[in-house]
Amino acid sequence: MEATGAEIVVRCLAEEGVEFVFGYPGGAVLNIYDEIFKQNKFKHVLVRHEQAAVHAADAYARATGRVGVALVTSGPGATNAVTGIATAYMDSVPIVVVTGQVPTPAIGLDAFQEVDTVGITRPCVKHNFLVKDVKDLAVTMKKAFIIAATGRPGPVVVDVPKDVTAHRTEFEYPATVEMRSYNPVVKGHTGQLKRAVQMLLEAKRPMIYAGGGVVLGDASAQLGELTRKLGFPITNTLMGLGGYPATDKQNLGMPGMHGTYEANMAMQHCDVLLAVGARFDDRVIGNPAHFAREQRRIIHVDIDPSSISKRVRVDVPIVGDVRNVLTEMLALLKQAKEKPDATALNTWWTQIELWRSKDCLKYNRQSPIIKPQYVVEKLWDVTRGDAFVTSDVGQHQMWAAQYYRFDKPRRWINSGGLGTMGVGLPYAMGVQLAHPEAQVACVTGESSIQMNIQELSTCKQYRIPLKVVMLNNRYMGMVRQWQEFFYGSRYAESYMESLPDFVKLAESYGHVGMRIDKPEDVEAALKEAFSPALKERLVFMDFQTDQTENVFPMVEGGKGLSEMILAEEL
Amino acid sequence: MRHIISLLMENEAGALSRVAGLFSARGYNIESLTVAPTEDATLSRMTIVTTGSEDIIEQITKQLNKLVDVVKVMDLTEGRHIERELMLVKVKAVGSGREEMKRTADIFRGRIIDVTDSTYTVELTGTGYKLDAFLEAIDPAFILETVRTGASGIGRGERSLKV
Repeated sequence: MEATGAEIVVRCLAEEGVEFVFGYPGGAVLNIYDEIFKQNKFKHVLVRHEQAAVHAADAYARATGRVGVALVTSGPGATNAVTGIATAYMDSVPIVVVTGQVPTPAIGLDAFQEVDTVGITRPCVKHNFLVKDVKDLAVTMKKAFIIAATGRPGPVVVDVPKDVTAHRTEFEYPATVEMRSYNPVVKGHTGQLKRAVQMLLEAKRPMIYAGGGVVLGDASAQLGELTRKLGFPITNTLMGLGGYPATDKQNLGMPGMHGTYEANMAMQHCDVLLAVGARFDDRVIGNPAHFAREQRRIIHVDIDPSSISKRVRVDVPIVGDVRNVLTEMLALLKQAKEKPDATALNTWWTQIELWRSKDCLKYNRQSPIIKPQYVVEKLWDVTRGDAFVTSDVGQHQMWAAQYYRFDKPRRWINSGGLGTMGVGLPYAMGVQLAHPEAQVACVTGESSIQMNIQELSTCKQYRIPLKVVMLNNRYMGMVRQWQEFFYGSRYAESYMESLPDFVKLAESYGHVGMRIDKPEDVEAALKEAFSPALKERLVFMDFQTDQTENVFPMVEGGKGLSEMILAEEL
Repeated sequence: MRHIISLLMENEAGALSRVAGLFSARGYNIESLTVAPTEDATLSRMTIVTTGSEDIIEQITKQLNKLVDVVKVMDLTEGRHIERELMLVKVKAVGSGREEMKRTADIFRGRIIDVTDSTYTVELTGTGYKLDAFLEAIDPAFILETVRTGASGIGRGERSLKV
């Protein structure tokens, strides 16, 4: 059947079972928007800035495991989308971004709203396409969805010139497309798997280090079974939170720059490290030379070969889908005659409990000023640890990660790799639309929230009842903390002056605003916000928190994991 | 260490910039890069000469393999291989220098492919080292222009890079 390029785009999205398209119209995509107007297969969500469209699509993907979709126009539409695309790229999130482009005869002539989208996005996409012929459009859309979702997932941009959306061709959506140049490895190497299992069974001081790959690869069940069967300690990275229940005793908390004392010490002093879907990045292991000082054998499971031996040499590399690999490992473990060394493990756990007894996340609970950690703890209580929590970037992000103990995967949505301030609100929109009945909290700061505050308007239009938990310390807190520690307390441009009245601001968008000044009011405010009475409403809570609170423990940039600064040491 | 990396990639618009962009974004060296379609017009063969530690070369080949347009990657320097580069040099050739230049070109098995009353254009193929040696053998004052293609390479014997 014949169709125009615009119809093809829309029908491809419908064929892919897309629920939501987050977007913003403009000249180059008007043909596509006209087709969206005529269909009812998916819902279009009109954001207030293209960056937010991509973040919302990204969060939808993180919360559901399905491909998120955004649609923007050419030129500024595409450049505004770039931050969102780069954010998804750094965290390996499967999204497809359709960008409008000026008509093919105008490409390269500096036409109105022309930008080389494929060129600009090339370094921050898994792949991108410029579709110059309408005959290639359906196949390209199919390729985009396949590439985004398989292997190590990532964003794919499809740039569609306006004339292509008007041209007609025979339309048939291919069930699948073969690409000779794209064949991600799925199964782990059997020999390596055997070596890995043997190594785990011989370990005296084992440690499991699980990252975002476990969440993205839907391998939490397998990871949980393996960890419990082995009885080993485990740490979940910032991207991996919820991959293994945080409330379980075997979980030592998060590793890295703001990781727990016990997790970092165990990472540093283990003799066998099983890394699963994690990439030894600078915020996790600190200085690689310091990390390498201790002798340990490393098993590294990852879908992306280039993640292996990139920053740290490993002994047993296993390239494959983490769920497949963990399933195979479990099978081998069940066949094995040996058991983990119980005596050695006991000694190791005794050591770990000693580290744990430092209680590195303690803070002053008697403070007359609201402590940000307390707000997050109460949020956990009030939502019974079962909310979807998005965050922006900075201190509040670390506190949310440290004090909201995630027991399930895909509940914690944050920008770990790129560290994009401003993601929190659009992330919460994407999550709430994906899970309309769920409790969704956006833990943010007064600086981050202002980077996409315009989305309160989108929330009004679509009645998105998310809850904003703003930890307002009137500073770019993490910048202030670094300035205090490393720049002689010279707080250059990190004080947030001239803040709006957030209560009135929320109200002006038709939402509920609350300002909370005292610790004793924190719980009541959260209870009210999450009460059935406000179930249908967006509630914006402005918590006036301690201005000088810092995030601990902390491993200074360039230092080793065992060189943490703890709260009491200051 | 110097490595010659050969790869086959989809012959599509922008494919070259994906490779070039990867090298600049990750701070890898490119000594030379050559690219042209193969007998199968849908495939391009690229030869990249790069330098780096073993760790970096490992990352380069992994990152290249990760590019969606790249079909196959081979580090030629891991096995026996042949390397050739083509150079065209325009030199001043007057008076007694004319005969001298012809002799030097002959020694290097170069061919003079264009002649005027004051210049020769010499065509030379060989490894990069041989081409360097030729340039060092002649008086730099005589060199008017040099054009080098960068290295192409192929595995010896049965070793081949094919889809």
